[in-house]
Amino acid sequence: MKKLKRLDEYQEEIAQCVKCGACRAHCPAFGAEKHEGRVARGKIALADALLKGEVDLEDKFLLDMSQCLLCGSCCAQCPNNVPTDEIVAATRREIARRRGLSTFAKGVAGILSRPELMNLLAKSGGKLSTLLFKKLPQSSGLRLRFPAPFISADRTLPSLASTPFRERYPEKIAGAAGRPTVAFFTGCGINYMYPEVGVALLKALQFIGVTVVIPAGQGCCGLPAVSAGAGEVVEQLAEQNLKALTATPVDCIVTACASCHAGLGKVYQDFGAEFAPLTANVKDIFVFLVEQGLVEKLAALPKAAKRMKVTYHDPCHLRTQGITKEPRAILKALPQVDYVEMEDAGTCCGLGGTYSVYHYDTAKKIGAKKAGFIEESGAALVATDCPGCIMQLQDAVNHAGQQQRAVHILSLLMEALEEVREDK
Amino acid sequence: MLSEKIIKQLQRIVGAEYVSTAKADLICYSYDATQQQYLPNVVVHPGRTEEVAQLMLLANAEKIPVFPRGSGSGFTGGSLPIAGGIVLAMTRLDRIVEIDADNLVATVEPGVVTEQFQKAVEKVGLFYPPDPASLKFSTLGGNVAECAGGPRCVKYGVTKDFILGLEIVTPTGDIIRTGGPTMKGVVGYDLTKLMCGSEGTLGIITKIIIKLLPLPEAKKTMLVLFASIDGAAQAVSAIIRGKIIPTTLEFMDAATIACVRQATDLDVPESAKALLIIEVDGDREMIDKQAQKIAAIVQPLGVVETRIAETSAESEALWQIRRSVSASLRKVNPDKFNEDICVPRSKVPEMIRKVEAISAELGISIVNFGHAGDGNIHVNVMIDRKRPGQLEKAERAIEAVFKGALALGGTMSGEHGVGIMKSPYINLELSAEAQSYMETIKKALDPNNVLNPGKIFLQR
Ligand SMILES: Cc1cc2nc3c(=O)[nH]c(=O)nc-3n(C[C@H](O)[C@H](O)[C@H](O)COP(=O)(O)OP(=O)(O)OC[C@H]3O[C@@H](n4cnc5c(N)ncnc54)[C@H](O)[C@@H]3O)c2cc1C
Ligand code: SF4
Ligand code: SF4
Repeated sequence: MKKLKRLDEYQEEIAQCVKCGACRAHCPAFGAEKHEGRVARGKIALADALLKGEVDLEDKFLLDMSQCLLCGSCCAQCPNNVPTDEIVAATRREIARRRGLSTFAKGVAGILSRPELMNLLAKSGGKLSTLLFKKLPQSSGLRLRFPAPFISADRTLPSLASTPFRERYPEKIAGAAGRPTVAFFTGCGINYMYPEVGVALLKALQFIGVTVVIPAGQGCCGLPAVSAGAGEVVEQLAEQNLKALTATPVDCIVTACASCHAGLGKVYQDFGAEFAPLTANVKDIFVFLVEQGLVEKLAALPKAAKRMKVTYHDPCHLRTQGITKEPRAILKALPQVDYVEMEDAGTCCGLGGTYSVYHYDTAKKIGAKKAGFIEESGAALVATDCPGCIMQLQDAVNHAGQQQRAVHILSLLMEALEEVREDK
Repeated sequence: MLSEKIIKQLQRIVGAEYVSTAKADLICYSYDATQQQYLPNVVVHPGRTEEVAQLMLLANAEKIPVFPRGSGSGFTGGSLPIAGGIVLAMTRLDRIVEIDADNLVATVEPGVVTEQFQKAVEKVGLFYPPDPASLKFSTLGGNVAECAGGPRCVKYGVTKDFILGLEIVTPTGDIIRTGGPTMKGVVGYDLTKLMCGSEGTLGIITKIIIKLLPLPEAKKTMLVLFASIDGAAQAVSAIIRGKIIPTTLEFMDAATIACVRQATDLDVPESAKALLIIEVDGDREMIDKQAQKIAAIVQPLGVVETRIAETSAESEALWQIRRSVSASLRKVNPDKFNEDICVPRSKVPEMIRKVEAISAELGISIVNFGHAGDGNIHVNVMIDRKRPGQLEKAERAIEAVFKGALALGGTMSGEHGVGIMKSPYINLELSAEAQSYMETIKKALDPNNVLNPGKIFLQR
């Protein structure tokens, strides 16, 4: 297996930046703090200067490099396709190589690479949550306090599931004969925080007769470790997931988390040809469902008498991969949904892996913009396709004092399918 | 290096967190779209006009050079701190102060991004036409300082045609106002126009009063493919003779089409040797008729095919062709010198032929596209810097192109300005007397030469 590329192997990509400044229009970190060090162009200039020995790891350098959500928004719009997200990630690994991981990054790396710890944390978190999470008397009832170190007190966080999703189901759930078999890569968000999204995914696949395998050996996709600059952890997780996900032959590997989709489908490409069977086979759940003709099936259902207004937020890690139509297609076809498009649905929500933990203030600013667009759309629900975004969107909406709920499209899909069953 | 004392004084003026001498920050404010790099001594982010004035008082007294900077998207190095000193980043001054729909006037601070302003006025049914291709990231301050133009200039004019008044901090630290929110005003010299295109050398713009128009109801885009560049050029004059002023008249020559075809899946027949993207705007009933009329006017001029967009998605697809040019060129050749000469509209084909001759003589590829409606041609000299001799050839080509444009009564820059990139050629266009007239103004207003020194004029 190849290693992740070192910063000095990005020299050519760095040289591709012509300093046009176009990324200033698309970078959420820059939008929140209009400082050139926050934008792709600045970070590329800094990475270049580091390689040339013109700057050392001074505070401002570290700050600028930490001010990146690795959202890829800049790359998707860059006329020269400069992969800034990769360059920043490589710079963070370089920083870690030179001076070790930060305490926080060590924590992230330590937890992510050991599932038994994650499980334990989840279990105790589930029990502890009743003690730790104090419900604030807010109308939405969703404001939770989470008084943990490095997590801001006013942040809305979902409680951890007491039984992780993967422990609730067998490794294989058979569908109809002659129908495809898929592997479900749950990711941490669904496994530990939003198991109900996983349940909804199983329901949806059952509805169309698809057999689901939930490989037991799977771990975290590694994206948070990419963000933290913990290169070895990424490599270790990738190897583990490769083994787990290619053990049983399947038609494809589905994800319901934008970050996992990017982790498996994009980051793993760097590990060379042996990963191709995995990377080439990853599919976002809605891409799969649309291929399987679910839109037509949903469209055939009678429209509900009472519908709710729902808008869609594009997770960066799907949008930059060109996946924007399929989630909308499913959402629009749901019988209980009146779809409305919000302004700038494709701008980042502000989560960005470990970013919002380091920079909760800027994350909140980015989120506040988003909350404004959600409010203007008139929607009661903002649906998306990524647990991380759900968490951040809910936090942003709560901070703005708004009433909307952030949900996964799969949860709405399950609602619709349950309705069908009751009708029968 | 600036002394500790100066830094302290700067901190007192704008607040400590808005003054930085950290190397990382100096690097981030050392470049612009010319890809040249000069490190300043300090980066300052002022938040109010008074702070800018106090800073200029200090800089003038201490003879420290000051370099105003918007987004750093300039193509001629206007914002580069070529003599160290202070980079004055104007991005914190980014409020839209007022949009006055009764008088069709708006007041903004210079750090407002062009497109943000356009969106804000369009929300209330108004229209700010100047549309440089950098509008998503350039600032209005930078647009005024460079007098930026764009495709819509054919019909609506350039930035200066929309600026009614300014608030300026002078190089010696005074705050003055030029013009005002009225449509007329002739008291004293027209300093507003003088500031437009002054490239940050005569004053720092801290407020801008802008004229607005009612937002046209609709627009219609069409693509016309021609068998020759002459057909396309004649089409431009023919359309205007036909008493239609389109909003935009963008053209691409055969070399550009070939590049785009090579880099994207552009579906254009081989027989097309030039194309025009034409857009008209106005009342909904009007524009359909106009589009049909244009199609009829151009038909006899060697048209290979005409495509009229029926939906906004189709229109977007046509514009996508134009927008893909820049990246396509780079895929074909790594290094690009983008010049923006301007010639009288009718001289476009002659100019293109001159460029083709220069390209053939020197054996390097040059592609042309741009704003046919106003004769503004983007001449892109494409080379590979790494290959020996190519850079010299590019320089010779650029000089020949400038001379060619001037011989046709044109100018060497339609919109990007002089900065440091074109000052070596300024003698070609401006007489010694004209330059001296300009330099006298500069010297009178900035006796210590502290505001953006070394720009426009050659250091003598
Ligand atoms: C991809 C691309 C496309 C472009 N397309 C066009 C185009 O179609 N048409 C066009 O005209 N230009 C174009 N440009 C050039 C550039 O965007 C314009 O010149 C723009 O006006 C510069 O704005 P800025 O905010 O980036 O200014 P900067 O580059 O930061 O500065 C430009 C000049 O303005 C001065 N300045 C900035 N702010 C102030 C202020 N507040 N007071 C006084 N002086 C100030 C600076 O000192 C400098 O001399 C393009 C550039 C790029 C990279
Ligand atoms: S990263 Fe891309 S968009 Fe940003 S300045 Fe460089 S070339 Fe331009
Ligand atoms: S990856 Fe996202 S946050 Fe990072 S520089 Fe690019 S646009 Fe900005």
